[in-house]
Amino acid sequence: MIDPSVFQLVCFYAFAAITVIAALSVVTLRNSVQAVLALVLTFFSTACIWMLAEAEFLAIALIVVYVGAVMVLFLFVVMMLDIDQEKLREGFMKYLPVGLFVAIAMLVEMLGLIGVRAMHAQTMGENPATAAGMSNTAWLGQALYTQYLLPFEVAALILTVGVIAAVALTLRHRAGTRKQQASEQVSVRASDRVRVIKMAAERPVESQPAPVQESKP
Amino acid sequence: MPTFNDILIMVPEFYLVAAACVLLLADAFLPAHQRGPTLHWASIFVLVAGIYLVVAHQPDGAVTAFNGMFIRDGVAEILKVFALLCTILVFIYAKPYLSDRKLFIGEFYTLMLFALIGVMLLVSAGNLIMIYLGLELLTLSSYALVALNRDSELSSEAAIKYFVLGALASGMLLYGMSMVYGATNTLDLVQLRDAIPHSTMPHLLVFGLIFMIIGVAFKLGAAPFHMWIPDVYQGAPTAVTVFVGSAPKLAAFGMAFRLLATGMGDMAHQWQLMLAVLAVLSLAVGNLVAIVQTNLKRLLAYSTISHMGYLLLGLVNAGPEGYSSAMFYAISYALMSTAAFGVILALSRAGFECEEIEDFKGLNQRSPWMAFLMLLCMFSLAGVPPMFGFFAKLLVLQAAIHAGMMWLAIVGAVFAIIGLYYYLHVVKVMYFDKPVEGTVVRLQPDFTLRLALSVNALVLLVLGVYWGPLLGWCKQAFVG
Repeated sequence: MIDPSVFQLVCFYAFAAITVIAALSVVTLRNSVQAVLALVLTFFSTACIWMLAEAEFLAIALIVVYVGAVMVLFLFVVMMLDIDQEKLREGFMKYLPVGLFVAIAMLVEMLGLIGVRAMHAQTMGENPATAAGMSNTAWLGQALYTQYLLPFEVAALILTVGVIAAVALTLRHRAGTRKQQASEQVSVRASDRVRVIKMAAERPVESQPAPVQESKP
Repeated sequence: MPTFNDILIMVPEFYLVAAACVLLLADAFLPAHQRGPTLHWASIFVLVAGIYLVVAHQPDGAVTAFNGMFIRDGVAEILKVFALLCTILVFIYAKPYLSDRKLFIGEFYTLMLFALIGVMLLVSAGNLIMIYLGLELLTLSSYALVALNRDSELSSEAAIKYFVLGALASGMLLYGMSMVYGATNTLDLVQLRDAIPHSTMPHLLVFGLIFMIIGVAFKLGAAPFHMWIPDVYQGAPTAVTVFVGSAPKLAAFGMAFRLLATGMGDMAHQWQLMLAVLAVLSLAVGNLVAIVQTNLKRLLAYSTISHMGYLLLGLVNAGPEGYSSAMFYAISYALMSTAAFGVILALSRAGFECEEIEDFKGLNQRSPWMAFLMLLCMFSLAGVPPMFGFFAKLLVLQAAIHAGMMWLAIVGAVFAIIGLYYYLHVVKVMYFDKPVEGTVVRLQPDFTLRLALSVNALVLLVLGVYWGPLLGWCKQAFVG
């Protein structure tokens, strides 16, 4: 039998490895559609890790919101763009070895100093949701609206700023564009659009000489 | 549970949020020709009332709200008052510039107000989450403001650079915070300070500290994390540059103080040397590269980097004396840079930015008063006695000496003398060079702009002579 905690650890490393590989492919893949798909994988494996940490609600939210909605939208945008793949990657190979060296060196140093063993130590304390005898979602909701109310509201402000910024930077009123005027459309009356002309059903044939028919040769 | 008392403590912030939302709606429903002027005067009124709310009902000592998320104390009060004051000046200076360039739109004012709310939340943050969110509110608004002039390629480029580097810095900061959380199991800054000595993972804490310092250095614009500063200062519309150089610097100081002094105060021996290295690099890069600049906005950007070096000299002290001198320095820098960019704004007009040093040739013959105001700004930035900037520099150097870092103070003094060159160069160009033929210097006719600018620049002289009360106020904030 495998010890459950060992199994959990193996799962964690597997998910974490997939996350890192997928995240790397997001920035290295040449095809932007593939990159977006790799990003989906990154989010998915992150959700799996959160699931291991017993944060079920966050994991589901990540999948529903990001993978389900945001990434699909992203994919649409990327597919509509006409990007010259080759030009974007100029100089990439030149910097790759240096970048890789720095990244690997930093990784080795950090792992060496902190020590993988230290990471195994139980430091995060007890799961507060289990301690309170609530489900993860209920606890999260309660914490969000009591203890973390202020950050929650500030986050809402940030989203407002995002909307203002997006509108301010992208909305353009071009002269001469034909826009739909909903109010005019609604208030329009039939008499404005259709002109009914009274005319006799049958016009009396005036006595005039019949057109001269061209004589066929 | 949050109570009504929590809201009372945060009245200035709640009031500003409500005002910003009302102005946002007013902008949508007012007729087009009334939008700019109405929002301009309404915003200034809102900010003046904001100063009153911050100063009035200021409790003795520190009080917290929302489970320690928000701290209202003397430090926050002073920083907020000056952030509000600087923003009022920015609004006054920016109006003619914006009207000349079809940028006199409501979004400028609402985004500015939201950025200011970010500043106020940041300097009052009592929790790592609040620091991050306050910072995001501030920077997100700033990115949009920098890109506000959509037809300018330079602005868009600056905004993209600012956005990418800013996002990277936020990532670093978050990474550091997560490590610190992992090592101490708390996000609250006060609990963090208590938990640090008992932490079982000191290495992880140091890593977290390093990443958080990188994030702070990015926001301050200290070398070697200064790359965004010159491009953003030059590329952004001058009306936005003047803001980026003022209130956010106060916020960056507030953030550094909360993170390092309140949260990681126990690890001061670790971060003192890191800050000292950052300070030396900033002084060197800022002062040396500024010498070769021909664009005044870019020159002032490099001068910012060097000034952040001086601010760090104060923080290195890691005691009440150091913090108060650094805060004094942050305030003096915010007022000086607002005035210096204000002169550029006053001299620019439609189609003419007045941002090259050459544009200032012979300014004295054409507008002696403006040349005099610029002279005051330059002398103050350079630290010539008896200007405001001189005493600010003196205090941080003193703080560094008292921290036992004589070498650092000597480096600071040497670079102050090197820095003198490029500030005096601007003065020389204004007073002794012949004006370029064919250029006309026309001052903005806006009366409030001239009045506010004159007061702003003269205050640099007045506070240089009569600096006691302000310093006393700063010192009092750090007592106890």
